[in-house]
Amino acid sequence: MKALSIQNLRKTYKGGFEALKGIHLEVEEGDFFALLGPNGAGKSTTIGIISSLVNKTSGSVSVFGYDLDTQLVDLKRQIGLVPQEFNFNQFETVRQIVVNQAGYYGVPRHVAHERAEHYLKQLGLWDKRNNAARMLSGGMKRRLMIARALLHEPKLLILDEPTAGVDIELRRSMWDYLEEINKQGITIILTTHYLEEAESLCRNIAIIDHGEIVENTSIKRLLATLNRETFILDLSGEGEQAVKPELEGFTMRQIDDHTIEVDVVKSQGLNKVFDQLSAQQIKVLSMRNKANRLEELFVDLVERGRSNKSAAGA
Amino acid sequence: MASSFNLVALKTIWIKECTRFLRIWVQTLVPPAITMTLYFIIFGSIVGERIGDMSGRPYMEFIVPGLIMMSIITNSYSNVASSFFSAKFQRNIEEMLVAPVSTSVIIAGYVGGGLARALIVAVIVTVVSFYFVDNVSINHLGILVLTVILTSTLFSLAGLINAVYAKTFDDISIVPTFVLTPLTYLGGVFFSVTLLPGVWETIARFNPILYMVNAFRYGFLGVSDVNISAALAVIVVFNVAFFITAYTLLQRGVGIRS
Repeated sequence: MKALSIQNLRKTYKGGFEALKGIHLEVEEGDFFALLGPNGAGKSTTIGIISSLVNKTSGSVSVFGYDLDTQLVDLKRQIGLVPQEFNFNQFETVRQIVVNQAGYYGVPRHVAHERAEHYLKQLGLWDKRNNAARMLSGGMKRRLMIARALLHEPKLLILDEPTAGVDIELRRSMWDYLEEINKQGITIILTTHYLEEAESLCRNIAIIDHGEIVENTSIKRLLATLNRETFILDLSGEGEQAVKPELEGFTMRQIDDHTIEVDVVKSQGLNKVFDQLSAQQIKVLSMRNKANRLEELFVDLVERGRSNKSAAGA
Repeated sequence: MASSFNLVALKTIWIKECTRFLRIWVQTLVPPAITMTLYFIIFGSIVGERIGDMSGRPYMEFIVPGLIMMSIITNSYSNVASSFFSAKFQRNIEEMLVAPVSTSVIIAGYVGGGLARALIVAVIVTVVSFYFVDNVSINHLGILVLTVILTSTLFSLAGLINAVYAKTFDDISIVPTFVLTPLTYLGGVFFSVTLLPGVWETIARFNPILYMVNAFRYGFLGVSDVNISAALAVIVVFNVAFFITAYTLLQRGVGIRS
């Protein structure tokens, strides 16, 4: 069954701005799906329409077979939304926020209290249950929004930039938690600016730009199309003197006395780089990708889409 | 199933609303007690003794129902207006919009909050009035209760409509300042409308608050400047009109959905 099916979805805001230009998107049940795109591409509008916070102009949306136009109540029950902005009452306590949210979904109060304890403990917020939400740190507020979205036990969890402003340790613990609930059967749709996050968590991906889907495939397949990668190598020569290697057949840039940046085309492989450096008595101390692999593809896809448009316009 | 779900959602909104105004009781429950005490002292004790009787009752006794009604009107209005606008402003209204809560339940929950605050304030003001009036009698309990509920519902709905249109906090104080307060003062709280000369009495009878104050006074003292059936009919008609307006606005997502 499709967790989400979007057909020819369009949104034109008052004033004429066309945020979505007829997008098609399908997400399978159980998937961990990334929706990526630059700022203003249409991600939040898409999420807003699915969660009925934004009125669509035309097109159809269904969640687990429930149609947005004709079965809105059933559709809403399937979805848990973690929005980008903090949108809870800052003066309510952590427990009030989650228990009330469950109540809006018809969960009886005593059940809501039991579930609140369960999810707040899982997300490390139980000790803060009687604190006003405004007293929480940024990371705790993010986790509070996840707990709130889970309390009515949705089948589809939509997270709009869930780890924005969260430190790396907390971000990784949130990733673990999301992976865990995905394994338990909850379908997850994620938008993020941390492409490393999408690469490590998600199985499938759609890239949206200027209100159009420019790519929709599996992460594996997308990464396989990456033809060139840039590596940064930290080098060591003899003594403290500067290392100035020469690499035949590769584009190379010297960053400082002991660091170089090398562009490697997939067909070339890295062995040739190491062979040439060894021949020049240069040791490679460490090596890393200049950018996340998905980031390189993302930038490439978005730029390609824009240059195609300018060419068509010219 | 649907009805029990709606009941849970309604109870949740109502509890949330009551928790809100009880949490800030110094701002919501204390000021009406102080304001009304001042009205009783100044208009009742100091000025009232020189006025004598009004509609066959001592002036202090005459103004008690009007002052209670004034508190009910302002508190039900401001409770819903400020709470709904704050929810819009902080965007926590989205918590309800993403959930399968029906528009009628949202309206009923907010109105229930306004009604609860208005009733608590009414009790506080009535208790305060005991200090100034020797004998507070109730002549028609049914009409009194009905008028309180209908009036509070009406002004809760009005506050909700105001909050839907409001874009800033200033917008929710414009209506109380420029419309509600003048209409309340001219609605027969402090005087009998029959004292007004000719055309002014006719004009005053177009003020809907006059009917609410008089219906409530009738419940207390058994005296009224207007026909009670007509008064209740006016309040019911306004309730229906305001509910339809509020329902249509929320259903269309005016001010809350893009």
